[in-house]
Amino acid sequence: MPVPIVEKESLIPGKTSKMVLHAPDIAQHAQPGHFVMLRMSENGERIPLTIADTDKEKGLITIVYLVLGKSTALLETLQPGDSILDVCGPLGRATHISQGGTVICVGGGTGIAAMHHIAKGHHLAGNKVVAIIGARSKDLLLFEKELASFADELLVSTDDGSYGHKGFVTDLLRQKLDTDKTVHEVVAVGPVPMMAAVSTLTLPYGVHTTVSLNPIMVDGIGMCGACRVTVGGKTRFACVDGPEFDGHQVDFAELRLRLGAFRAQEQESLEAYRSSNNG
Amino acid sequence: MDKQQKKSRAPMPCQPPHVRNHNFDEVALGYDAETAREEASRCLQCKKPLCVSGCPVNVPIPEFIHALREGNPAEAYRLLKTANALPAVCGRVCPQEHQCEGKCILGRKGEPVAIGRLERFVADTHIAASACEQQTGTSACATPVSNLSVACIGSGPASLSCAGYCASQGLKVHIYEALHEAGGVLIYGIPSFRLPKDVVRNEVNALKELGVELHLDAVGGRTFQISELLKKHDAIFIGVGAGLPKFLGVPGENIVGVFSANEYLTRINLGRAYQFPAYDTPAYHGRIVTVFGAGNVAMDAARTALRMGAEEVHVCYRRTRAEMPARHEEVEHAEEEGVIFDMLVNPVAFHADENQRLRSVTLQRMELGEPDDSGRRRPVAVEGSDFEMKTDLAIVALGTRSNPILLEATEELEKTKWGYIKVNEETGETSIPNVFAGGDIVTGAATVILAAGAGRKAGISICERLLNSAK
Repeated sequence: MPVPIVEKESLIPGKTSKMVLHAPDIAQHAQPGHFVMLRMSENGERIPLTIADTDKEKGLITIVYLVLGKSTALLETLQPGDSILDVCGPLGRATHISQGGTVICVGGGTGIAAMHHIAKGHHLAGNKVVAIIGARSKDLLLFEKELASFADELLVSTDDGSYGHKGFVTDLLRQKLDTDKTVHEVVAVGPVPMMAAVSTLTLPYGVHTTVSLNPIMVDGIGMCGACRVTVGGKTRFACVDGPEFDGHQVDFAELRLRLGAFRAQEQESLEAYRSSNNG
Repeated sequence: MDKQQKKSRAPMPCQPPHVRNHNFDEVALGYDAETAREEASRCLQCKKPLCVSGCPVNVPIPEFIHALREGNPAEAYRLLKTANALPAVCGRVCPQEHQCEGKCILGRKGEPVAIGRLERFVADTHIAASACEQQTGTSACATPVSNLSVACIGSGPASLSCAGYCASQGLKVHIYEALHEAGGVLIYGIPSFRLPKDVVRNEVNALKELGVELHLDAVGGRTFQISELLKKHDAIFIGVGAGLPKFLGVPGENIVGVFSANEYLTRINLGRAYQFPAYDTPAYHGRIVTVFGAGNVAMDAARTALRMGAEEVHVCYRRTRAEMPARHEEVEHAEEEGVIFDMLVNPVAFHADENQRLRSVTLQRMELGEPDDSGRRRPVAVEGSDFEMKTDLAIVALGTRSNPILLEATEELEKTKWGYIKVNEETGETSIPNVFAGGDIVTGAATVILAAGAGRKAGISICERLLNSAK
């Protein structure tokens, strides 16, 4: 069913935007960790996006996307008042929130949006939340204000040192783990190399580490196994068994390879779209 | 017509194999009126028709064939519709050789009457008839019964049949479908060269004309819960199918290039990936394709791969040709189109090339041993018979299981030990009062006609329950 766009905000011009959608059934059932599948046009493909926030009273959900291929480029052309043809959800398993102690939530890129919803869930459950976010430079940071509004501590890093710590989120995470012994969980959402690096870092500390995986999806409801990942040596479907898994058990190398399965076609599709738009 | 001639059925006109294996248009073109009447005239009009007992929903076969023979296809269609909600679909996809045609008395000495082809002819000729007439047999729609509504979860053959029956009796019906297009396996699974999508769309549109409301992108157990639907509707039918694919569980199965048949077919059928880049969903291409399994889904995947431009397509099966569960016609069509059948082989590992994409599969030769519990001879591995076969696209078509989403979210729903929904066999009712279920989610993966039959049976129970209590 077409879902109206209520608000749109460009977070990083031309690259990343935030949209607020009027989807009361989804908003009512959505919990941190859930995602939606979207389709923008009659001949469009289905793509997954994490739910970054909800307003249950007003029936709203927030999505944040990075313009990467044709489908997200199409999404970026839509404005408040327009509708998204299909929005299906909430999908996946909700974040498992255990009580007590400190949770460090690490976010990178558009993954910060997904991390934001999970962090908020931990905060509302009474956990102490330390948020660590990182980007290449200051202008690429997301959700700093939103996280600052509830996080007990917010740490920022930029690769070029234009803001906060100069370096990676893993530097800040290591410092935190070395000094704070009350940390009982680390959550990491972002690019695959970042989630892999965080999981490698936390392993010797013995801190439970949750990652939210982003494999290719087709239906998002467990029908096809496109999103399968190896966790603890077993094949799991990220759309129904996840998308959150124990980072110490995930085969990140395999995930990275599977994400590249359709790279040539993705490029072809984007180029065809761009040339038809310019012509 | 002499007796010799009467032994064989009227042939089905088809697209030639070398033409059709390059397109997604329907292979079997259907009878024309004259051929249909000629074939109908072969029917002996048995007093005790065995064919009817072979049909899972007991279509009045001699009667509809009689009407066709008398030059009254509209009456033939009405008779078909009294038992089968989806004749245009079932005439195309039923394994008739194991059902109606398998029981036809003519089949003992010659060829059985082509019941499926006649059913298809009648349905195709009359599918344009008004929805009310299709469902109620009269030109008027059933008068809506105020305030009584039914929710059907899923929009495959079981739910469509249940919805059609309930709507024809005057109940307000809402269908909740998780995907963006209605039809279930008829849309995402069975390719258009076997079942054109217009045939499915016509059936769905006929339901809309009856006042059935369709809610797409609505996932049972996620977008809504059964308990919430029970507050809005007087009865619920669960027809969500068994769509979770099984994998082999062998090393290398997650290498890029290994797909479940569900994913391969969903991309191409639902996503129209055969029209990429006009449609955005991409398909994966292989030069040498291997398909594992030997049911209809395996045939569909193999024939689809040929149409997507593969040079060689192998169907690999651990038993022999005689045990293949696919429809005979599909196996023949696949062979005519150039699919290669490798019998008595079993995959044990997949291997990647230097780019980490699928390069080959190790197969093990099998031989048939003693019969197992199902009565089929069990395939046994031949020691030391492993060999490697090149393949750059592997499609696993080993069947499906029940999808856990709705069942896990509805704990009070009683399940069988295999994870399917337990129902009262007489009524189709589940352990939750006024919640009914039918089709693959009850039986495990079966056929379109069995699902449609179960949907219709539950529809009858629902109407009896609601309409009697309304009086």
